[in-house]
Amino acid sequence: MLKVDHLIKSFPSRHRDEDRVRAVNDVSLDVEDGQFFTMLGPSGCGKTTTLRCVAGLETPDAGEIAVGERVLFSSSQKIKAPANERGLGMVFQSYAIWPHMNVYKNVAFPLEVLPRGKRLAKRDLRERVERVLAVVKLDHLANRQATDLSGGQQQRLALARALVMEPPLLLLDEPLSNLDAKLREDMRFELKRLQRELGITAVYVTHDQSEALAMSNMVAVMKEGEVQQLGRPREIYEHPRTRFVADFIGTSNFIDGVIERSEGERYLVETAYGKLAATSGADFAPGTKVVVAARPEQIEIEPGQANGSVPNEWYGTVGTRAFVGESVDHVVTVGDSEIRVRSNPSVSISQGTGVVLTFREDACSLIPAGE
Amino acid sequence: MSTGAAQAPVGVGRLAWLRTTDWRALLSARNLIILGVVVAIGYLALVPLGYLVWGAFFDESGLTLRWFRDAYSAVGLREMMVNSLVFAIGSTTISVTLGTVLAYLIVRTDVPFKALMMAASLIPLILPGILHTIAWIFLASPRVGLYNKLLEPVLGAGTLNIFSLGGMIVVEGLHLAPLVFLLMVAAFRSMDPALEESALMSGARLITVVRRVTLPLVRPALYAAILIMAVRTLEAFEVPALLGIPEGLWVFTSRIWRVLGSYPPKYGQAGAYAMSLLVLTSIGVFWHSRLAKRAKSFQTVTGKGFRPRPIELGRWRWPATGMILAYFVFAVLAPLLILVYASTQKFYSVPSAQTLSHMTLHNYEYTFRSSGTLVALKNSFILGIGAATLVMLAMAIAAWLVVRTRLRGRWMVDNLASLPMVIPGLVMGVALLFVYLRFPLPIYGTLWILLLAYFTRYMPYGMRYASSSMYQISGELEESAQTSGASWWQSFRRIVLPLLMPGLVAGWIYIMVVSVRELSSSILLYSPGNEVLAIRIWEQYQNGQFTELAALGVVMVAALVVLVAVAYKLGAKIGVKEA
Repeated sequence: MLKVDHLIKSFPSRHRDEDRVRAVNDVSLDVEDGQFFTMLGPSGCGKTTTLRCVAGLETPDAGEIAVGERVLFSSSQKIKAPANERGLGMVFQSYAIWPHMNVYKNVAFPLEVLPRGKRLAKRDLRERVERVLAVVKLDHLANRQATDLSGGQQQRLALARALVMEPPLLLLDEPLSNLDAKLREDMRFELKRLQRELGITAVYVTHDQSEALAMSNMVAVMKEGEVQQLGRPREIYEHPRTRFVADFIGTSNFIDGVIERSEGERYLVETAYGKLAATSGADFAPGTKVVVAARPEQIEIEPGQANGSVPNEWYGTVGTRAFVGESVDHVVTVGDSEIRVRSNPSVSISQGTGVVLTFREDACSLIPAGE
Repeated sequence: MSTGAAQAPVGVGRLAWLRTTDWRALLSARNLIILGVVVAIGYLALVPLGYLVWGAFFDESGLTLRWFRDAYSAVGLREMMVNSLVFAIGSTTISVTLGTVLAYLIVRTDVPFKALMMAASLIPLILPGILHTIAWIFLASPRVGLYNKLLEPVLGAGTLNIFSLGGMIVVEGLHLAPLVFLLMVAAFRSMDPALEESALMSGARLITVVRRVTLPLVRPALYAAILIMAVRTLEAFEVPALLGIPEGLWVFTSRIWRVLGSYPPKYGQAGAYAMSLLVLTSIGVFWHSRLAKRAKSFQTVTGKGFRPRPIELGRWRWPATGMILAYFVFAVLAPLLILVYASTQKFYSVPSAQTLSHMTLHNYEYTFRSSGTLVALKNSFILGIGAATLVMLAMAIAAWLVVRTRLRGRWMVDNLASLPMVIPGLVMGVALLFVYLRFPLPIYGTLWILLLAYFTRYMPYGMRYASSSMYQISGELEESAQTSGASWWQSFRRIVLPLLMPGLVAGWIYIMVVSVRELSSSILLYSPGNEVLAIRIWEQYQNGQFTELAALGVVMVAALVVLVAVAYKLGAKIGVKEA
């Protein structure tokens, strides 16, 4: 559906010592029909710039962008379709609801500005607007002034306006970041439901990892203008390929080590505090320096003693304990490092107690050191 | 949220109120200072108006409409009113259109030379109206105008005639356009660009985006600009006086000046004209406040800084650039250069190879030797610096009162301080004449009356600068000073003033500049020996000393530029730098 090929976009730098900053550095994406595709990353990672290049609001330095068969931008073929001729739907972070129009007018605008030959008859236009307002459940507010809507309603109005043209591709630029926490969770499912029911292809930009994991079919984790990892949400969460991905998505314990030996996909890693067994699809030669990333909820904790001879069973002392509602966190001191463990709230071990930590083998990810 | 400050004296304890000595709390330095400022504002805003009404409706025998009858039965009165309105509407249209288009191009599109335009927009603010008008006479008068000489081979002699209603409208419009430009730059900058981008994404063409989204969204700022321009053009004196009077084109302001200049001065008639002008400007303000109320629903522009992403103009980029450059060369640069040129000539004639080879500094020598000029230079800068400092200090206190306290009637302080905004400069002159010819305060004929006039006229601007920056300072900063044990004056002087400083310095610079170039109030209030710069230039123009006045003008502009630059530097040092 959407194909982005070797996209590059730089901006003039604000600092004197460097000329230009590469906001997007050689990004290639392939979004399939009907997919909910998310670009995830911290601010300044180039996700919004990539989206704006697709929208036509920024002009890339190089690369190619195509939607379906239609090439929207190509530096080699010197093609550049202006934003207002791309026919894509877009929802902005600030919603960009026009405050001088009512709800109906906001949604009708894209239909009203169609080229003369394509304009709809008045009745058809009204019908289309009312239909899309009904889809986002705003039909009863059609005559309300847009500024009188609540945050969630403005959000749905922005969506309706982007959908009224029935675009082949819907672009969403952090659309939920201005909502409060509770509403954000509701809208997440609402948005996902609409996307699936209407069968739209959506490209979604966010810095919120749980949003990305909950909604997407495919996630591209970005950092400094480059795609770090591309995959299904579960894959990215369970098998981060770089330290950045492991750190940015969820919480991870990072333990430095050296590969001791391997058996197929099974590796044994020597660390300062004991041995760890892990599985990885990547290839590591013995002696390679690696970082083991272990999710806190994938580590079991139990009071007791261990001698450290069995791989994945470490001995430590509980440092601090924090109850966070749906779970309880223990920070366990092992040697001179701290391991965070997350467990069911029923587990509660007091400070200073000796504990055995058990790392689940298939939940330890191996990451090349230095990445 | 800020009641803590207002109730500070109460905080001493409830008992303090009950004791008989509570008048001591009321007479604290804080209250005395506030009282002084409020009384001064009330006096300055209301007394001249009161006298003006009295002078326009009363004579020795009591209430009368005689002055109005006299004023309105004069020959050519109808024509004068038509001229006033056509002049005001025409130059408002030109300045608002030009200023808005330029601001849009500079802020929202990808035209080049942005920095140049921003700097150029400040030049006409520093160039006094009288110099601007005279520069345009050098450029477009039928006989000696440079533009006419350039057009002569093509269109014949004397194509452009600056001494006409059309000429007046263009010159005034061009002089005010930078002001609109600055207002609209602020408006376009505070608009969320996503509002325009979402219209583009909806498939709208650029022209549709501007018409249906951009313009409706900046409508409040546009109305404000139209109002300010309407008031400014109605009260304009320099252009109608220099360009209109020679051709017998009268407007309200030149008429007032005329009846006061006759012998004996017709104070009553001047009052009647002044009242009419005041009514016109008040109608403008009333109309604006109604529109502003309706426009309120648009105001979701957040004032937040946005990453400016200019709209690509495509094939319109070069025509737009051409327009900007043409404006810059013909309306900004040419008036300045022709003044500099004129200042180097013995007698004024159209620039040619011959005149350019006979440049002399004789006029500058004359300027610095003439004692009258030096006195005027000194007076103007004393008045400019004095008025700017006093206004900003008083308005900082008044703004604190309006923004921070919960005192009853504080809105009235705001309204009173803003009231002189609708009073044209010449009307202020008439009103102050009325007051101090009769009032037993012997300041008529001294610099004090000019200081009073400037203070009153520029109080509204000072109030706007001070209160808008006061709103940006959280009340907690001041409250934490008080919980640290600072008295009201200590926390005002050490916390509030430094934080306000960027706004106060900006206001100070503006008021200093407009005071130094002030003509329309001064022309009624000055007396021999107390001339100011604009008066001196006015006199020299009347005497036909064109090249000498050009030299004085160049000196004046240069001095203003230096003073503004120094003020910026000092302001940055004293206050907190703007982020």
